[in-house]
Amino acid sequence: MSTANLPSAGSAAGKPVGQHGKLKAVHLSFYYGTYQALHDISLEVPANRITALIGPSGCGKSTFLRTLNRISETIRNTRVEGEVLLDDENVMKVDVTALRRRVGMVFQKSNPFPKSIFENVAYGLKVNGHRGSLADAVEHSLKRAALWDEVKDKLHKSAYALSGGQQQRLCIARALAVDPEVLLLDEPCSALDPIATAKIEDLLFVLKEQCTIVIVTHNMQQAARVADRTGFFLLGKLIEYNTTEIIFKTPARQETEDYITGRFG
Amino acid sequence: MTLRNRWRKTLSYMMLSLTGVCAVLAVAVLFLILGYLFYNGWRSLDWDFLTKLPKPPGERGGGMANAIVGSLQIIFLATLIGLPVGFMAGVYLSEFGGKTFAFLIRYMADLLNGVPSIVIGIFAWTVVVVPLHHFSALAGGLALSLILIPVTARSTEQFLNSVPQTLREGALALGASKWRTIATVVVPAAYRGIATGMILGVARIAGETAPLLFTSLNNQFWSTGFDQPTASLPVMVFTHAIAPYDDWHRQAWAAGLVLLLGVLVANIAARLILSRGISVQR
Repeated sequence: MSTANLPSAGSAAGKPVGQHGKLKAVHLSFYYGTYQALHDISLEVPANRITALIGPSGCGKSTFLRTLNRISETIRNTRVEGEVLLDDENVMKVDVTALRRRVGMVFQKSNPFPKSIFENVAYGLKVNGHRGSLADAVEHSLKRAALWDEVKDKLHKSAYALSGGQQQRLCIARALAVDPEVLLLDEPCSALDPIATAKIEDLLFVLKEQCTIVIVTHNMQQAARVADRTGFFLLGKLIEYNTTEIIFKTPARQETEDYITGRFG
Repeated sequence: MTLRNRWRKTLSYMMLSLTGVCAVLAVAVLFLILGYLFYNGWRSLDWDFLTKLPKPPGERGGGMANAIVGSLQIIFLATLIGLPVGFMAGVYLSEFGGKTFAFLIRYMADLLNGVPSIVIGIFAWTVVVVPLHHFSALAGGLALSLILIPVTARSTEQFLNSVPQTLREGALALGASKWRTIATVVVPAAYRGIATGMILGVARIAGETAPLLFTSLNNQFWSTGFDQPTASLPVMVFTHAIAPYDDWHRQAWAAGLVLLLGVLVANIAARLILSRGISVQR
């Protein structure tokens, strides 16, 4: 895939460059109480691409992801410094419910609501005052998440009756139903077997036609397989951010190479 | 060595027996009470008891229909106030409360829970009976609601706390507002537990006597309104048990049995609702 129209890789501490960033973090720091979890992160997520964030546990990659749709605000006693820009608009100045409609999220552990499959997908639509046929919208979303054929005969059964991989795709369908511009995925495959993982990865390739995807993953092979760009986090800092090819083949920083080659982490 | 071992085994056996005997003793008292109540109550319970008004002292027969209805009236009033207030307070504690303020509320709810029920009765007497110049079902209902509120609040809070945070985040991430998340995801996920807590709370206040003694008082006839003195089963048990008439003693047993059966049914219903499982997947 072409990366010609993408901005050249900004260095970790440098300012993001280029005009095509859908989502930008500018000198972003994050604090849990007095503990600083993110240190001055600047990173630009290109539109209609998959951006992977990798790094060892506790490196801040999930925290970073959670600042992008401000779901981090649900935890008390936290503080953000710096800016997150969505289409060059500061997300702190956008109404938070409107922001989250535009920036969807899929969590590490599938979290379907204790409702029917149909109600799960329809939830976001109802919340956002959907006009038109709910049934059509639900069907469309389930098809986009490649789950329709497996659930079309049991739409009104409990979502808990589905397998883990199906539940995760249901959560993706639920997020897609409100037609987000950006989809954030926080280790979506960590609890899934390789077959279910492959299904979700295939799905991401299709989805990036319509939306911008940011995926946090523990699994470096997964990042290498799906991502156009990859960022490496370590101890709350963005060490290196570049095209996936460069990160995995010729990383600029020693820490990145050590992590990629499995010397630590 | 063998002696030591034997001593150890003997000691172990002794302790096991001791705790076992105590456990049986604890439950035996319950069965003794229940058995005695059933034995005496069942003999005295008849159709008249459920459908007739009390007879004047000295006359045989009659029933406590007015007290059964009166108890229902007072409990209805208590739940009308106590359940919504307790439920909302529980939602606040679980979902909104800051650290210090929620701690204070929680602590005070626990204190209120520990206040002797007769003190609650005095309170209701002071704020309702004295200003209105007469005893009423309203005062009794208010007194019982004051007991119900902290019980409901704390049980609601606990069941809401057991709802995984990831469910809340899932709804918020779809652009749901906080209240909408609570109303459409969090509370529905915990409703079985919340309902169980409510039923057990109502069962608890159904048997309270002290708060009713000087609030709803008693009534030998049908109560004509919520602002009138109203008969209730616990107070009837009290007045009939201390009266010098055998027939009244008989009726007190029957009233006790009816009360117990009501509470028993509520408890079983609560267990059944909860045993169908918490509606959230772990």
